[in-house]
Amino acid sequence: MSLPEPLTVMITHAIASHGGPRGAILEALRMVQHAEGWVSDERVADIAALTGMTTAEIDNLATFYSHIFRKPVGRHLVMFCDGASCWMNGGDKVAEAVKARLGIGFGETTADGRFTLLNTCCVGGCDHAPAAVTGRNRRLVGPLRADTLDGLLT
Amino acid sequence: MTAAPLSGPLTGRARADRRPHSLAEWQADGGHAALGLARQQPPAAIVDMVAAAALNGRGGAGFPAAQKWRFMPAPGTIPGDGPSYLIVNGDEMEPGAFKDRLFLEALPHLVIEGAMIAAHAMHASEIIILVRDAYRIGIHAMEQAIAEVDAAGLTGRNLKIRVHASAGRYIVGEETALIEALEGKRAVPRKRPPFPAQSGLWGRPTTVNNVETIANIPGIVANGPDWFRGLSRTAEGGTKLFGVSGRVHKPQLIEAPMGTTARELIDRCGGVSGTGELLAFQPGGGASGFLGPEHLDLPLDFANVADAGSMFGTGTLIVLDTGTCPIGVIARHMRFYARESCGWCTPCREGLPWVAHIVDGLEAGTAKTADLDILHMTAGEAGPRGRSFCDLMGGAMAPLATGLHRFERQFADHAAHGCRA
Ligand SMILES: Cc1cc2nc3c(=O)[nH]c(=O)nc-3n(C[C@H](O)[C@H](O)[C@H](O)COP(=O)(O)O)c2cc1C
Ligand code: SF4
Ligand code: FES
Repeated sequence: MSLPEPLTVMITHAIASHGGPRGAILEALRMVQHAEGWVSDERVADIAALTGMTTAEIDNLATFYSHIFRKPVGRHLVMFCDGASCWMNGGDKVAEAVKARLGIGFGETTADGRFTLLNTCCVGGCDHAPAAVTGRNRRLVGPLRADTLDGLLT
Repeated sequence: MTAAPLSGPLTGRARADRRPHSLAEWQADGGHAALGLARQQPPAAIVDMVAAAALNGRGGAGFPAAQKWRFMPAPGTIPGDGPSYLIVNGDEMEPGAFKDRLFLEALPHLVIEGAMIAAHAMHASEIIILVRDAYRIGIHAMEQAIAEVDAAGLTGRNLKIRVHASAGRYIVGEETALIEALEGKRAVPRKRPPFPAQSGLWGRPTTVNNVETIANIPGIVANGPDWFRGLSRTAEGGTKLFGVSGRVHKPQLIEAPMGTTARELIDRCGGVSGTGELLAFQPGGGASGFLGPEHLDLPLDFANVADAGSMFGTGTLIVLDTGTCPIGVIARHMRFYARESCGWCTPCREGLPWVAHIVDGLEAGTAKTADLDILHMTAGEAGPRGRSFCDLMGGAMAPLATGLHRFERQFADHAAHGCRA
């Protein structure tokens, strides 16, 4: 599928407002990901064509930045904090419970494509430790408990 | 999400549910008045005011804000034309830091007002507010607030403001790596000099300031430098938004005078949790060295904490009770910094994963006593006096280097038996 018209318009606009094609690449990757959930090879090629860069240059960035996803992710993204303040308050136990409940490890997606589980640190919710951020808005949830995961997994 | 209510001149206007104010609500509360005052004065007068206020940058290093601004050239004094940039650093990702989230989510107009005044003072024509991707609520609040001030004509003809959402990686918070990221490159730090004020974003004069630094500016302009210095108990001006987390009963953000002690902050959090007894604390986030019970009454500011052998950093305390294994805490930190190394220089790219592996081994009981020598050696290689290119590695090694001394007994015990906690 070719790049949808609204994305073409937004990326072209970003080139104008972000100091040229190079300055707009990360913005373009983000826009594509926002619309489609991840960045496919085809979209890397589309961005390359729009910005006049090579696909290698685009992928060089896409693979450096950890929140650009080059593989499909689940509809619900759960970014679980593995930082020290969360660990001290039982973060490991909650993480194990989440993994067991979903049957996946960090960096994996459930077979039904619903959930992707990522570990990250720190999510800026140390006052709600153990904490995670979830969903499109990266809503902060916590303090999490191993026996009540519903707030996190719905 | 609700949190403990805040009080104090810097954050007192934040709502308990952290819903941001509309422009009209903010102005009704006296917001954006300082901007009008500032624009009636020449830029140098504002810089002098910030200097007299003794405002130190809140991003980690505590560099005097006014001194940094003075490096920015006035228009017409440098060759070529093009913008000068103020970049507001909202990349907050340091383990234990959760303070800038509050300003971005709940007080976006305060950040914008501070940024517009700062831009006037340092001759910047473009403001970029960089926010980490995980703070999408903050990104949205800032974008909304910018749209409002733009529509109301507060921005003025010659000033542009936009938000840039970072695409991840802790190193983006380092100011020169941040500039690389904005130029569409991998976030690898640049060599200094030239400093960003001489050659920054796209080769133009650039200043990077932390969100909290910028949020302090409207108060200084509205109430004057004497008022600001009077808020503090030490020579460093203002209040500080402390964040206290780890083993305390009610972890929270607390706005308190610069120079407040860890004892007071921990008390306000309901005391140490778990065993109820303090083992140690990090005064400035994950990359700061451990302090102990003997430092509970130290007035916390940049100078005092440095004298005590640590770093005030982000002013966010990580508290350990005597029931917490300090090696476990260090292991979490080391894994984080190893994962976030940008990969540019060898000591950090190769050294941090090695160190993380050894500390994990200490926890699991697979390490040997000889491994402790390797930890001592790598601790000496890091940082500006060592062999790494930027401060990420120096910061990463601070909890390890101080921990090796403070927790010598626990390290030896782990080398012999693994973690018995
Ligand atoms: C690895 C690393 C990460 C950093 N992350 C941040 C950050 O997230 N936010 C921030 O304001 N400063 C961060 N800094 C410090 C910045 O380089 C810079 O000193 C700061 O933004 C300047 O602001 P200030 O003068 O207002 O304190 C980081 C530094 C290093 C070495
Ligand atoms: S110290 Fe680490 S983060 Fe800094 S330049 Fe070297 S590899 Fe990159
Ligand atoms: S350490 Fe987990 S949110 Fe900060």
